[in-house]
Amino acid sequence: MNHAGFIIATYGITFGVIIGLVAYTIKQGRNLSQTVADKDKPWT
Amino acid sequence: MSTETQTYKGVGTPTTRMYGLMAVVALGWVLLGGLFFTPEDAVQGDAVRIMYVHVPTAWVAYLAFIVTGIASACWLIGKKHSMGFDRVAGASAEVGVLFMAMTLLSGSLWGRITWGTFWVWDPRLTTTAFLFVTYLGYLAVRGLGGTAEQRARRSSVIALLAVLEIPLVHFSVVLWRSLHQRATVLSPDGDIKMDGLMLFTLLFGVFGFTVLFAWLVSHRQRIKAMQDAQQVTALDAAVTERLNEVQA
Repeated sequence: MNHAGFIIATYGITFGVIIGLVAYTIKQGRNLSQTVADKDKPWT
Repeated sequence: MSTETQTYKGVGTPTTRMYGLMAVVALGWVLLGGLFFTPEDAVQGDAVRIMYVHVPTAWVAYLAFIVTGIASACWLIGKKHSMGFDRVAGASAEVGVLFMAMTLLSGSLWGRITWGTFWVWDPRLTTTAFLFVTYLGYLAVRGLGGTAEQRARRSSVIALLAVLEIPLVHFSVVLWRSLHQRATVLSPDGDIKMDGLMLFTLLFGVFGFTVLFAWLVSHRQRIKAMQDAQQVTALDAAVTERLNEVQA
């Protein structure tokens, strides 16, 4: 593959950021839901 | 901390889990298909593989800012001024800014291969950078002090002005002479000159990133709802404490 460094860097940045954001969102949601009453979580 | 029961952990629902599953499948294909299975481009060679992440991230950024604009308009126009609209606007803008940053980075790497430089003050690149900075400003304004309603009002106005930049960015390659190529799939003549597997991977990527966007906004607006509820609870506790001090 030509320009492999640039191509792999692009995929690495994109998927790395997505995985990081998803993990952060799940963790933040779980932490917050432990401190908030169910009545304030209308999706439950 | 609230003394009431907290039995439900997290912010996921069956619907968002379905979104998540669809995103994993689609993005898994983009990763494998984009890197290994799709053919090289006749002109660009392997550099075209960057397209499978660059185009969907740009699409999601546009979509996110449009959703922010629509939700902001709903908040301003709606008689009840439902804070749900404001939370969707904020969550969508956060996701949009991140995807816009990824678009700029992937575009910069692609530009280094095809143009020989990471950055050039080209109309498309310049207007995209301007859009990115505008929404960074939008998020900064959301972070200013004041009540939730004040936050919603000022950020809604900014969102409605900022969304006007999107057509400028999209049509910048037509309005001015630009290094950036014109739209391939959304070309006005409707003639798509692309290999079938390449087109499938690109469109499946757009679908996957769109579903991921829906998952992220659903979760992040619920997180914002809980943060708002936490603030109200903390304020109520502080008021009660102060009243008790005064009465004692």
